[in-house]
Amino acid sequence: MSAESLTVEPATTRFSSWRLLASNPVTVASIVVLALIIAVALLAPWLAPYGANEINVANQLQPPSAEHWFGTDDLGRDIFSRVILAAGTSLTIAFAAVGFALLVGGGIGIVSGYFGGPTDAVLMRVVDIMFAFPVLLLALAIVAIFQPGIPTTIIAIGVVYTPIFARVARGSALSVRTSPFVQVSQTMGTPAVSILGRHVLPNISGPLIVQTSLSLAFAILSEAALSFLGLGVQPPDPSWGGMIFTAQGFLGLAWWMAIFPGAAIFVTALAFNLVGDGLRDVLDPRQRTIIEARRTA
Amino acid sequence: MRVSLGSVARFMGTRLLSSAIVLFGVVVVVFALIQLVPGDPVRLALGTRFDQEAYDALRAASGLDRPLVEQFFSYLGGVLTGDLGVSFRNGQPVVEILLSRLPATVSLAIPGLLIALLIAVPAGIFSALHEGKVSDGIVRVASQAGVSIPDFWLGLLLISLFAVRLGWLPSSGYVPIATDPAQWLRQVVLPATTVGIVAGAIMTRYIRAAVLEVAHAGFVRTAVSKGLAPGRVTFAHIVRNALVPVLTITGIQLATILGGVIVVEVVFAWPGLGRLVYDAVAARDYPVIQGAVLLIAMIFLAVNLVVDALYALVDPRIRLA
Amino acid sequence: MSEPLLQVDDLQVAIGPADIVRGVSFAVAPGETLGIVGESGSGKTMTVLAATGLLDAPGRRISGSSLLRTTSGEAVQLTGASPRTLRRVHGGQIGFVFQDPSTSLNPMLTIGRQIEESLEAHRGLTRRAARSKATELLDAVGIPQPEQRVDSYPHQLSGGQRQRAMIAIALACDPGLLIADEPTTALDVTTQAQIIDLVRELQSARGTAVVWISHDLGVIGQVADDVLVMATGSVVEHRPITEVYYHPQHDYTRQLLAARPRLGKTAGPPPADPDADVLLEVRNLDVRFPVATPSGRSMVHAVNDVSFEIRRGTTTALVGESGSGKSTIANVLTGLLPPRAGTAELGTLDLLHARRADRRRIAMVFQDPFASLDPRRSVADALTEPLRTHGLGGDSAASREERAIELLEQVGLPAEFRLRYPHELSGGQRQRVSIARALALEPEIIILDEATASLDVSVQATVLDLLAELQKSKGLTYLFIAHDLAIVQQMSHNVLVLRDGVVVEAADAETLFADPIHDYTKMLLAAIPPDAPRAAPGGFSEDPATDR
Repeated sequence: MSAESLTVEPATTRFSSWRLLASNPVTVASIVVLALIIAVALLAPWLAPYGANEINVANQLQPPSAEHWFGTDDLGRDIFSRVILAAGTSLTIAFAAVGFALLVGGGIGIVSGYFGGPTDAVLMRVVDIMFAFPVLLLALAIVAIFQPGIPTTIIAIGVVYTPIFARVARGSALSVRTSPFVQVSQTMGTPAVSILGRHVLPNISGPLIVQTSLSLAFAILSEAALSFLGLGVQPPDPSWGGMIFTAQGFLGLAWWMAIFPGAAIFVTALAFNLVGDGLRDVLDPRQRTIIEARRTA
Repeated sequence: MRVSLGSVARFMGTRLLSSAIVLFGVVVVVFALIQLVPGDPVRLALGTRFDQEAYDALRAASGLDRPLVEQFFSYLGGVLTGDLGVSFRNGQPVVEILLSRLPATVSLAIPGLLIALLIAVPAGIFSALHEGKVSDGIVRVASQAGVSIPDFWLGLLLISLFAVRLGWLPSSGYVPIATDPAQWLRQVVLPATTVGIVAGAIMTRYIRAAVLEVAHAGFVRTAVSKGLAPGRVTFAHIVRNALVPVLTITGIQLATILGGVIVVEVVFAWPGLGRLVYDAVAARDYPVIQGAVLLIAMIFLAVNLVVDALYALVDPRIRLA
Repeated sequence: MSEPLLQVDDLQVAIGPADIVRGVSFAVAPGETLGIVGESGSGKTMTVLAATGLLDAPGRRISGSSLLRTTSGEAVQLTGASPRTLRRVHGGQIGFVFQDPSTSLNPMLTIGRQIEESLEAHRGLTRRAARSKATELLDAVGIPQPEQRVDSYPHQLSGGQRQRAMIAIALACDPGLLIADEPTTALDVTTQAQIIDLVRELQSARGTAVVWISHDLGVIGQVADDVLVMATGSVVEHRPITEVYYHPQHDYTRQLLAARPRLGKTAGPPPADPDADVLLEVRNLDVRFPVATPSGRSMVHAVNDVSFEIRRGTTTALVGESGSGKSTIANVLTGLLPPRAGTAELGTLDLLHARRADRRRIAMVFQDPFASLDPRRSVADALTEPLRTHGLGGDSAASREERAIELLEQVGLPAEFRLRYPHELSGGQRQRVSIARALALEPEIIILDEATASLDVSVQATVLDLLAELQKSKGLTYLFIAHDLAIVQQMSHNVLVLRDGVVVEAADAETLFADPIHDYTKMLLAAIPPDAPRAAPGGFSEDPATDR
C-alpha cells in the first residue's frame, strides 16, 4: 500500500455545522433576537404591566411615556402590554401551522420523491394545482368556508404551506434516491422503510430545516395579514395585525399605534428569515430561492 | 432567429396539456369550495337579510338544490361558456363583476412590477457579482428586510409619511387611467411602491441566486479566458444564461400581483380583484369568491404559459432541440 | 532550447490556510509541449491557472514570477498583473482548453459567436470578418460543413466536436501559448486519440507552445516533449519525456509508471477452471428507458438483445464507450432498472423477479467512491446494514461488529476504521469499504461497475490487486464493467465489447486482445495511447509487448 499512502488525504477534522453557523455574526444576532422574542412571548403574562383589554378611556391615545412605553390606543389600552401578549398568539399559530405543513407536506414529498411512479405523478399534480392559487387568496378561501378564529387560521396557513414542503421534500428525496449510496442499499435488499429512515431522512433534513425557518417567517406575516383583514385572530384577543388595522383610523393622531405592532411583526419575521438564510449557507448551500417566490403579498 | 417549429410546438404542446390538467383541478377545487361550507351557504350569505322568497330564488339560481354531480357538470359547463353564476349580494353576474375590477388591478400590477424589476435586476446582479463582499451582505440583509416587512404596514407607513405628514400624494382612492391619467398617476405611486418593494425584495434574492449559479459555470471561465471585457462576460454570458430563471420569477410575481395584492388594495381602497375577494369573503358571497379564485388561478396559469413560450424563444436548447 | 515563451519561477499558491503550490518553476519554448502530470490534489491545475492569471479563488495568495513573452516581443509579468493586462493576454497571447466541453461552452450562444467575440476583442475585427475567420477556424479543427456549423449551438454538436470547437476558440487569435487542462479526460478513448492528433497538427503548423495537464501518463507520453511530475504541490521531476519514461529518477515517478495500466503489462488473471458451472446466464436482454430533454421525454434503447453467461470463479468484462449500455446491464441485474424483455438466471434464481431476500446473492460496487457511502453513516453502519438485513454475521450487535472488523481486515483496512465517517477516508479507502460491504452479503457474484475508474492510478493498482487476491482466496465471480481495456486485460477471463447497446464481439480475453475480429474492437485498441512516448527514439516499437 505504499503507493496509496502517498495520496491519502489527511483525515479532515470534523467541523461541526454549528461552529460554521456561529461564525456568521448576522445569524448569531438573529438567533439571539429570536430567543429573546420567544422568551418574552412565554413570560408575557408576567411581564405585561397592564392587561390586554384593560380599558382606560381617560388615558386614550397617549404617546409613549415612562408609564406606557409604547403609548396607548384609542381605548386607552397599553400598547406595550398588547404587543408582548400578542406575540404568544402569533408564534403559536406560526409554529402549529408550519408544524402541520412540515409533517403533512414533508411526508407526502418524501413518499412521492422516493417511490416515484404514478403516486408521485398524482401527488405532484395536486401540488401544482395548489400552487396555482396565491397563498393569501387560498388562506382567505379557507377562512371563508369556516368561522374565523385561531384554529381556522392555523388550518388555513398550514394547508397553504403544505405544498411548499411537499415540493422541497420531494426534490431532495428524489436526488437522494438516485444517489449511489441509496442505490447500493436497494441492490442489497435493504427494506424501503429502513432506507428511508437511515439514509433518506437524515440526508434531506437540511433543506427541510431551512424551509421550516423561512416558512415560520412567512406564517407570521400571513397570520398578521389575515388578522389585519379581520379574518384571523378575533378581537378582543390582541394580535399584531388587528392592532395595525385599528391604527389605520388614527394615522395622523397616534403614529405609535401602527409603528410598534408592525415593528414586532417585521423583527420577528426578519429574525426567522435571517436564521433560515444562515442555516441554508451551512446545511443546504445549493437550494434555490424559488420557493420564496410563493410568498404572497 | 432560427426556430425549429417542431421542437417549439412539441414543447408548448406538453406545457399546454399539463396546464389544462391543472386548470381542471383548479375548477374542481373551486367547485368544492362552496360544497365544503358547513350548513347552508345561501342562508349564511343572506344572514340577517333573510326572506323566504329571496332565499328560494337564490338557491334555485345557484343550483345548490340539484344533485352534486349535476351541479359539477353545470358549473364546468358554465366555466367553459363564461357563466360563473350571480352574486348572492346583488344578483349581478359574477363575470361582469370580475371584468369591472380587472382594469384597476392591471393598472396597479404593471407599475408595481416595473418598480420591482427596477430594484431587483440591478441589486440581484450586483450582489451576486460581489459574492461574499460587504456590499453583497448589505444587499442580502436589505432584501431579507424587504421580504420580512408586512406589506400592509409598509403601505400605512408610506401613507402617514407622504400623505398625512407631507401631503404630497393622496392617501387612497382610484381613478381609471383613461379618465384622468395625472390623477391616476398620483394615486398609483404609493400602492405601486408598496407592491414593488415587497416583490422587488423577493426577486432580488432569486435573481442573486440565479446569477450566482451561472457565475460559477465552466463557460464563464471560458469567457474570462478569452480576455473579454467584464461587461461582455457579465451580460453576454452570465446574465443571458440567468435569463430563464429570471423570467420564471418575473412571471410568478406578475401573476401574484395580477391575482390581487389583497391587503395593499384594502389599505389603499383600490377597487381591484384583491379588494373584491376581501369584500366577498366578509359578506360570504360564495359565487363571487369562487369566480375570483378561478379567475386568479387562470391568470396564474396563463402567465406561466407565456413564460414557457418565452423560454422556448430564449433558450436554443428548446428552440432547436 | 530557444528563448522561453513562458518562464515560471518559484510559483507559490496558498488558499486560506492551505499551501496548494509550493515553489514550482518551469519554462516552455515556442513549438514545444510541456506535459504536467500528477494525481488528484497534486496542484497541477492550480499551478497553471495561477501562472496564467486565471485562478479565481477567494482568499488566494500567489507569489513568485511568471513571465510571458508576447508576440510583439515584450515581457509581461503575469503574477499580480492588473485585470487590464490579463485581459489583453488571455485569448490574445494565451488560449485555454478545459476538461469538459459540455460545460465550457455557453449553451445560449452559437459556436460562431463564441469564436467571433474573441476576435472582436483582440483583433478589432468587424462582425463579418470575424465570422469568416471563425468558419476558417472550424474547418481547421476538422469540423465538417463549417459554413453551417458556425451557426450551430453547442447542444447540436457531439462531445468530440464540442472539444474541437473549444480548440478553435482557444486558437482564434493565434496565441503563442495554448493551455490544455485535461482536454481529453471527459472524452471516449477514440475521440481522445483524434483530439491528441488535432492539437499536434495545429501546433506544428502554427508553432504554438503547449502546456498540457493530465493525470494520464499515456496521454502525456503522446504529446509532451518535457514532463513536469507533480505531487502535493511540488515538482518531483522535470525532464524530457523519454528520460522520465525510461530513466525515472524519483520514486514517485517510478510508482506512477509502474501503476499505470498498460496493455500486455500482465498476463491477465490466473486461468479459471474451464469446466466450472455456469453461474449467471443472461438471455436476450432488452432495455429502453425514457430520458428527459428540455423539450420533452424521449426513449433511449440502451441495451439491445444482449446475451452472455458467466462461469463460477471467472471474471467477465463488459467494455464499451459512454452510452454503450454497460452500466445499464448492471442496473438491470441488480434490480435498479426494469428490463423490457429478456431473462437473467443466477443458478436457478430468476434474477429479474428476485425477492428482496434473494438480492443478497448479487452485489455491486459503484464507480464513485465519494457518492456510494452515506456521508451521515459510519463505516461500521455501512458494513452492518447488509448483515442486519439478511440475518448474516450473527444475531447480536456485538457479533455483527466482529464480522465488520473481519471484513475490514479482508480489504486491508485496520479495525479502527469502523468508527470513521466517509469524509475521513481517502478515495481508495472508501472503495475498499464499498468492497467490504459487497463481501458482507456473501454474494455469489459481484458486479464491479467502473469500480476503479475514479481512483488515481497508484490507488487503482492496489485496489485491482485486492480484487484479484479476493477472487483467488474466495473463488469469487466478477462481472467487471470498464472502459479501460488495459485493466480489462489485466482482470478478465472473458470480454464482451458493447457498442450502442449491442454486443459487437465476445471472446475469451486472450483471443480478443491477440486477435480482435470486429473493426470497432480494433479501433478501441488502436486508440489507446501507445506505451512508449511518441518522442522516444525508434517510436512505437521500443517495447515489444505493445508493438501493434
